[in-house]
Amino acid sequence: MHLIRLALASLRNRRFTALLTVFAIALSATLLLAVERVRVEARMSFANTISSTDLIVGARSGSVNLLLYSVFRIGNATNNIRWSSYQHFAEHPQVKWAIPLSLGDSHRGYRVLGTSAAYFEHYQYGRKQALELAKGRPFGEDLFEVVLGAEVARKLGYQLNDEIVLAHGVAKVTLQKHDDKPFKVVGILKPTATPVDRTLHISLAGIEALHIDWQNGMPAYGNGKISAEQAREMALQPKAITAMLLGLNSRIASFRVQREINEYSGEPLLAILPGVALQELWSLMGTAEKALFVVSLFVVLTGLIGMLTAILTSLNERRREMAILRSVGARPWHVALLLVLESLTLTLLGLLLGVALLYAGLLIAREPVLSLYGIYLPLSAPTWYELSLLGGILLAALVISIVPAWRAYRQSLSDGLSIRV
Amino acid sequence: MSHVLSLTDLQFAWPNQALLLDIPQFSLTRGERLFLKGPSGSGKTTLLALLGGIQLPQQGQLVTNGNTLSSLSAAARDHFRADHMGYLFQQFNLLPFLDITSNVLLPCRFSKRRAARASERYGSLEQAARHLLEQLGLPSSLHSRRADELSIGQQQRVAAARALIGSPELIIADEPTSALDYDSREAFIRLLFAECSGAGASLLFVSHDQSLAPLFDRVVDLAELNRAAGAPACI
Ligand SMILES: Nc1ncnc2c1ncn2[C@@H]1O[C@H](COP(=O)(O)OP(=O)(O)O)[C@@H](O)[C@H]1O
Ligand SMILES: [Mg+2]
Repeated sequence: MHLIRLALASLRNRRFTALLTVFAIALSATLLLAVERVRVEARMSFANTISSTDLIVGARSGSVNLLLYSVFRIGNATNNIRWSSYQHFAEHPQVKWAIPLSLGDSHRGYRVLGTSAAYFEHYQYGRKQALELAKGRPFGEDLFEVVLGAEVARKLGYQLNDEIVLAHGVAKVTLQKHDDKPFKVVGILKPTATPVDRTLHISLAGIEALHIDWQNGMPAYGNGKISAEQAREMALQPKAITAMLLGLNSRIASFRVQREINEYSGEPLLAILPGVALQELWSLMGTAEKALFVVSLFVVLTGLIGMLTAILTSLNERRREMAILRSVGARPWHVALLLVLESLTLTLLGLLLGVALLYAGLLIAREPVLSLYGIYLPLSAPTWYELSLLGGILLAALVISIVPAWRAYRQSLSDGLSIRV
Repeated sequence: MSHVLSLTDLQFAWPNQALLLDIPQFSLTRGERLFLKGPSGSGKTTLLALLGGIQLPQQGQLVTNGNTLSSLSAAARDHFRADHMGYLFQQFNLLPFLDITSNVLLPCRFSKRRAARASERYGSLEQAARHLLEQLGLPSSLHSRRADELSIGQQQRVAAARALIGSPELIIADEPTSALDYDSREAFIRLLFAECSGAGASLLFVSHDQSLAPLFDRVVDLAELNRAAGAPACI
């Protein structure tokens, strides 16, 4: 097609502005694609924070609240649940496994989770991935043993056999430390890109031992104090836990067991389906995420308007070009088409460069994003969704290019052959 | 004697302007070289746009090569111009970003007829362009240069080659020599004459420069032709 060659040659002649335009479009396309990729992956990794768990059970409050403290370690439970309730449902015929969760302590800003050995056996995240130890073993031999999440170990620089002191409460700065009962690191988990990485895991008995001599939230003094050695001798049975995770024999039973728990006469309990609650939570954060998308759409629009400006400003000095084309037999719509082709070429080049920049950016940012935000950004080929975004940009450029095309059309009709520059 | 071009009772005014052209009768015979003189602003370029069918007169009849232009659609007029006419302007005739050969071949991109004629006569379009350019004194070492690397005199000769390629019946030259110095003017016109007669084309040459008039077959003064001349143009 000869007009395309003409458009390309004309663009090459104005290569400096053309390159700037291409670059602006490229950057905006990169931004849009990057935002979308992060958005999709964030949603995905969010939905995969916990898997294979059929029900989460806690004291009766809101389902989002229960999800936040039991899975994301955000906020606090308003109430505990009795150990007897845990036992009741752990032995329920439909329940395959149960994991008790006891929260409330922290260590240098990271939450401490008291749980049982079942946690390492049954807790799953992502696409049904089980927890794996990078080093060491699960807790169990001694009371004062801790298994660290990957981030805790990395950020705080802990190794196996380090001794650490856990604090009461969850504030960053804690006054009351359980410094008479240090815990030994016996295991470090592999990264999961979930809140597990930011958790210290100890046994339920360990939690009990921590608080055994505390009264009304204050440590005992003098004779009331129980040493670590004494604690080891005692049979430490928890009286309450914060929440529990249940795996059922069949998923179909979920709703029935859920209702049964919600109607439990022993104490008011709330059972939630993690998938449903996760979706509910995501839709709460959805507005921010949509705002991000809209902002990047506007950036793309800015890029296209930049192109429009560049082409429109070039129009006047190109009237002679148009008159010459008219004199050799070009029709006014040829002139208009030339401008449409020009816009499309600029946009296409911009999109290609934008995709290249995206992959270059992914290559560089993958590692830091994974370790900082726990979001895994795949280097995969563009998805259909991303391709349709690119197609949308091209379509928008086509629509926008009608403006200069129409002006050139009118201009070449009214100018005729007399070029009055 | 057949007419390449004839017009009767033509009237034209630009939008919101006074009547610019009012010409009772004008014609050009086949093979004729006509010099149309007139001061600048008198409507010479406008007349040429009318002859090429780029603008339409408000009144009157315009017959070119046996076709009544005003009865043709805009598309047909554009085709007609591409097929039968070669244009040459005063200056800046070429697209600066194309090389010389591509500039010469431009009319062939819009007219199948001229493309066919050119390659029929010289074997291929490129051959035709090379032949014309060499006839006009532009060595082949220049042919792949960008248009804006040439001198103005050279550019005008490239423009002449472009007007002539594919042998259109009518060459319309709108003050093509006014950017040249006096010595090269006559040389340029003689080259143009030679090529026009080689291709059998008529030449309508427009200028305000009287000194060139003696070289032509016939000289016409637009002011005498145009009944609307006088009042506004005198100022
Ligand atoms: N495209 C145009 N639109 C409006 N008026 C025009 C246009 N071209 C020329 N004119 C007017 O027509 C008159 C004659 O111009 P032109 O034909 O270029 O004269 P010449 O070629 O003899 O110098 C001028 O007054 C000019 O302002
Ligand atoms: Mg003029």
